[in-house]
Amino acid sequence: MNLSVNWLNDFVDIKTDPKDFADKMTMSGSKVETFDNYKNHISNVVVGKIKKIEKHPDAQKLVICMVDVGCDNEKQIVTGATNVFEGAVVPVCLDGAVLPNGTVIKKGKLRGVVSEGMLCSLGELGLTTHNFPDAIEDGIFIINFPVEIGQDITTALQLDDDVFEFEITPNRPDCLSVIGLAREVSATYGLTFKRHTPKFTTDKNDNISNYLSVEIKNPKLCPRYTARVAKNIKIAPSPLWLRDRLHACGVRPINNIVDITNYVMLEYGQPMHAFDYACLDGKSIVVRNADDNEIFMTLDNQKRKLDSSMLVIADAHKSVGIAGVMGGANSEITDDTKTIVFESANFNGANVRHTSKKLGMRTDASSKFEKGLDPCLTMAALDRACELVELLNAGEIADGVIDVNMDNRTRRTIKLEPKWVNEFLGTDISTQFMVDSLKSLEFEVDADLNVTVPSFRDDVEEKADLAEEIVRLYGYDKIPSTLVNMETTQGMLTREQTLMKTITETLIAQGASEICTYSFISPKIYDKLHYPADDIRRDSVVISNPLGEDTSIMRTTSVASMMSTLALNYNNRNESVCMFEPATVYIKNDGIDVLPDEKTEFCIGCYGKEYDFFTLKGIVQQTLEIAGVYGCKYIPQTQNPTFHPGRTADIVKDDSVIGIVGEIHPLVCKEFGFGEKTYIAVLDFNVIFANSVTEKTYKPLPKFPAITRDIAVVCKKDINSAQIEDIIVNRAGNILESVKLFDVYSGSQISDDCISLAYAMVFRAQDRTLSDQEVDSKINKIINALAEIGASIRS
Amino acid sequence: MKEKLEQIRALAKDLIDKSSDLKEIEDIRVKFLGKKGELTAVLRGMGALSAQERPVVGAFANQVRSDIETALELKKKDLSEAEIRSKLKAEKIDVTMPGKIKKLGKKHPLSLVLDEIKEIFIGMGFQIASGPEVEYDKYNFELLNMPKDHPARDTQDTFYITENVLLRTQTSPVQVHVMESTELPIKIIAPGRVYRSDEVDATHSPLFHQIEGLVIDKNIRMSDLKGTLDLFAKRLYGNDTVTRFRPHHFSFTEPSAEMDICCFSCGGRGCRLCKGEGWIEILGAGMVHPKVLRNCGIDPDIYSGFAFGMGLERIVMRRYNINDMRLLFENDQRFLNQF
Repeated sequence: MNLSVNWLNDFVDIKTDPKDFADKMTMSGSKVETFDNYKNHISNVVVGKIKKIEKHPDAQKLVICMVDVGCDNEKQIVTGATNVFEGAVVPVCLDGAVLPNGTVIKKGKLRGVVSEGMLCSLGELGLTTHNFPDAIEDGIFIINFPVEIGQDITTALQLDDDVFEFEITPNRPDCLSVIGLAREVSATYGLTFKRHTPKFTTDKNDNISNYLSVEIKNPKLCPRYTARVAKNIKIAPSPLWLRDRLHACGVRPINNIVDITNYVMLEYGQPMHAFDYACLDGKSIVVRNADDNEIFMTLDNQKRKLDSSMLVIADAHKSVGIAGVMGGANSEITDDTKTIVFESANFNGANVRHTSKKLGMRTDASSKFEKGLDPCLTMAALDRACELVELLNAGEIADGVIDVNMDNRTRRTIKLEPKWVNEFLGTDISTQFMVDSLKSLEFEVDADLNVTVPSFRDDVEEKADLAEEIVRLYGYDKIPSTLVNMETTQGMLTREQTLMKTITETLIAQGASEICTYSFISPKIYDKLHYPADDIRRDSVVISNPLGEDTSIMRTTSVASMMSTLALNYNNRNESVCMFEPATVYIKNDGIDVLPDEKTEFCIGCYGKEYDFFTLKGIVQQTLEIAGVYGCKYIPQTQNPTFHPGRTADIVKDDSVIGIVGEIHPLVCKEFGFGEKTYIAVLDFNVIFANSVTEKTYKPLPKFPAITRDIAVVCKKDINSAQIEDIIVNRAGNILESVKLFDVYSGSQISDDCISLAYAMVFRAQDRTLSDQEVDSKINKIINALAEIGASIRS
Repeated sequence: MKEKLEQIRALAKDLIDKSSDLKEIEDIRVKFLGKKGELTAVLRGMGALSAQERPVVGAFANQVRSDIETALELKKKDLSEAEIRSKLKAEKIDVTMPGKIKKLGKKHPLSLVLDEIKEIFIGMGFQIASGPEVEYDKYNFELLNMPKDHPARDTQDTFYITENVLLRTQTSPVQVHVMESTELPIKIIAPGRVYRSDEVDATHSPLFHQIEGLVIDKNIRMSDLKGTLDLFAKRLYGNDTVTRFRPHHFSFTEPSAEMDICCFSCGGRGCRLCKGEGWIEILGAGMVHPKVLRNCGIDPDIYSGFAFGMGLERIVMRRYNINDMRLLFENDQRFLNQF
C-alpha cells in the first residue's frame, strides 16, 4: 500500500523527516518498506517559455530556441522536436540536469551551435500520457496549465510528494486506505484525526427510485449493497491533483468517473464500481449466484467461465459484474456514458477469495474484499464518490440512495483488565495510557473499562488483542527484557537424538561429508534406479500442485538424491567423494488422507580411487559398532536392480534388515551419467535405534598369555568367507578370542576354481595358561569341519 | 705393590681417555677388571703381604678399582651420548614438509549453525521436538487460527497432497502436536524442513528449514519472550548485538512481533546488506494466541506462553557470506569443504 503524504495531510497535519516517519510508523505496527519522492530523481529541470525559434544554419531537422527560464538571460537550446512553437511553455533541462532515468544533461554544441540544455518529453521526465492526457508521447511536453516560468518542474507538476510503501498485514484491511493509515499516523504521533464528512447536492426532482431497484438474493455473500445514480455525466480527464495522487499510489488515471472509483477505493479502502446505466436492463440490480458454466466477459475483455459458487451482479437479464472481482465489458464506462450507477457494496471475503482464485484473477478490489471489509464503509465511500463527481463537475447526483443492508453484526465489547494486561506483557503501563491509546484508535471506552471495538477492526476479538493495541502504541522497545520464571526444565537430547548425532559424527570422522538434498524428486528417477514397473517403492506421496515434474513426488528412497548429488560432483570433476545424508523418506500408507510414515535413512555414497566395496563396508561396520549395534551379518543380495548383483550385501541384525551396502549397477551409473564405479550404503535409523546397545560393561584385562595360530584355507570360490569364519568360531569354542581374515589368494599355486583365505586366530583362556595340545585339538576340529564343505588347509 | 697399582691406574686412565667407542671401553674393562685382568692379578698376589700391609694395600686396590670403574662409566656415558647425537643428526628430516592427514568429512553448513542454535537453547533448558513434514491442513493452518480461506494463507504458497493433507509450510504445527501430547510446562524448540511453492532462485527455495520455539507455563510474559530471544541473539551473534522488537502480525500469536538485529555490516547506518534499513530481520515471535491455546486444550486464563520461529538458511547465508541459496542444496564437495 502506497501512501502519499500530500493526501495524508487531508486527514492529519503532519510534516516530518521521511526516515523518522518510517521508523515511528514501523515501531507502532505499520511497517514501512521503502519511501521515495519524485524530486529525488530529477534535478535542475525548470519551466521555460519559448520566446523565439530560428532555423539551424547547418541542420535541416534542428531548430534553435531562445527560452525564458525566469532568469536574466534567455537560454539558447537546440532541439529536433517538431511540436515546439513560439510561446510554448515547456520543461527545460539546464546545464547539469539529472533525469529520472539517470541521464545527465550538459551544455554542448549541436552541429556547431551552442545548446545550453534540453527541452524534455514526458518520457524523459519519467511520466506518461496517463499523467498528462493532453500531452503527446513523441515530442516536447507542452505545459497547457498555469505554471510559473522558472519554477522547478517537480513543483510545477505538483509531484513534490513523499510516498511511503507500507507492508500491510492481512489482519488490517482497514489500513489498505489513506484514511486507515491516517488514523494510525494520528494515534502514533498523538495528532488529531481530521474526519471528513462528504457533502454534495442532489437533484431533488429526480429520485433514484426512477432508475433502479436492488435485490440481494444471497445476503450471506453480500451483506450490504449501496448504490446511487449520477446523470448528465461528462466524461473527461481528472484534474492534475487527482491524477498525481493516483499516480503516487501506482494507479493509472483513466477518466474522471473511473478515477473517482479508484480514488475512493484508495482513500476509504472500499472498492467501488461504476456501471453505465444505459447498459442495465429492467431498471434492476440483482446480486445472485452465477449460473454453472456461465460465460462472462470481464472489463479486460477476457471470457471467464463462472460457476454457481460465484456471486455476480446482474440486471434483469444478464450478469454485469463478478462481485468484488471485476465488472463486465457489457456495462463499462465509455466516453458516451451519460448516466451511471455507483456501486459500493460489501461482499463475503472468503467467497471473493475463492472466486478470484478459481478464475485466476486477482484485482485491487478482490485483494481488499478477500480480507474482509467493514460493511459500515459502503455509505461513506459512496457519498465521497458523489462529492467528487460534484467537485470535478462531472455530473449531477439523483436524489436518494439505495442501501440494502443485511449486515447483522453487533459491535464487539471487551472488558479491559489493566492488571492482566501488565502481567501478560511484563510491563507497568498506566490505566490512563491504556484508555487513551484505545481511544486514539477509535475504540470507545466507558467508565467501567468496557471497550467497544470499532466496526473496521474485526480483528480485535479478545483481551490479548487489546493488549497488542496498547503495547504497540506504548512501544515494544519499552517492554523490559526478563527471563522466564518457571519450573526448571532439563535441556537435553533424547536417546534417539543422541544416537543420530553419534552416527553423524562417526561418519564425518571417517571422511564422509554431510549433504542436504530436496525431499521431493522426479518420478523418472525410479526408472533410472531400474525399479520394476510394479515396484512398491514407486508408490510415492504425490504433490498435487508441484512446481514442476522434477520436484513432484516425495522420495521413498534416499538413493535417488544421493545418486544425483554424486553425479553432480562427478560432472564438476571432483575426483574422489564420500558423502552421507541423514535423509527423511516418505512411505505411503493406505487410505484417504492418511499421513505417510516419515523414516530417517542414513545414506552413504562414494566414488573415486580411494573407495571400493570394502572401504564402504568398513565405514558401515565401524559406524554400526559405534552406534552400539553388534553382530551384524552381511548377506549377499543379488536381486536389487539398482545394485551390482555380485557386489551387494544386505546388512542384517538378527531378524531385522538394517540396510544394504554395495556397488551401484553399472547400467544405473550410466543412467546418472557416471563413468565411474559408485558405492552406496543405506542404513535404516529406526532399526539401528531398536538394536543399539549403549550400556558398556568392563571386562577384566586378560591375565594369561594367548596362543596365536594362522591357517590358510583353500576352498571353492562359491564358498564365502563368512561360512568359513562361522565354522572356525563354532569349532574353536570359547577359548577363541578372535579370528581375522588377513590374506586372500587365488592364482597359479592353487587350482583355478579355488581361493585361499588365510586367517589369524588368537586363543586364550580366562583362568589358565593354554597348552599347545589344547589349541591343536581345536585346530583339528576346525580342519575336519572345513573338510566337510570341501575346504582344505593349504600347506 | 702400591707403585704397581698406581701404574695400572695411570695406564687404565690413559687407555680410557684414548678410547673412541663402546667396544674399546669393554675391552679395557676386561683388560683391567676382568677375571684375568691386570688389577685382578695384583689382588690375587695380596696373599704374599704382611698382615699390617694387607688392609692398607687392599683399601688402595679397591680405591684404584673404583677409580677405573668410574672413569669407564664416565667415558661410556660420553661415548653413548656422542653416538646418539650423531644418530639424531643423521635422522634429521624436513619438518616443513606437509603432515599426513587422515581425511575427515565435513558437517553441512546448515547443520553447523543448527547445532549451534540447538546448543544455545539446550543451555536455556529447552528440549528438541519434531513433527511430520507431510501434515494435515488442520495442524498447519486451522488449529493455528488460519481457517480455510483465511487471507493469511496467501502469504504461504502451499504444496497440497490432497485437500486436507499438505507439505507443512512452517514448523508451527509442531507447536500443536507438542501442546496436545506433552504435560505442561512446555519449553521446546522444533527444527525442521518446511515447504513453500516458491520458484528456485538465489534467495528462494521450495524447501527450507525453520526453527520453531514454544514456551508455555503459568505467568509467562511478553517481557520473557523479549529477554529469551535477546539472550539468544547475543549468544548467536555476540554480546554486543543490539536487538529491536517491532509489532507484526501472525495468526497464531497475539501480540506478535518481529525481532531485528542491528545490521552487523554497517552498525545501523544502512547499507546494501540491510537494504538501507539498518536492521536485519531475524525472526517472528509473539504470545501464543488464546485461540490456539484453546484449540490445543489449554486454558488461556491459567496459562500463557510465547512462540517464535526463524529461518535457518538466511542465518547460515549471512554467517558464511553465501550469496546463493542453491549452493546449500547442491552439495558440491568443494563447497562443503569450506566449512
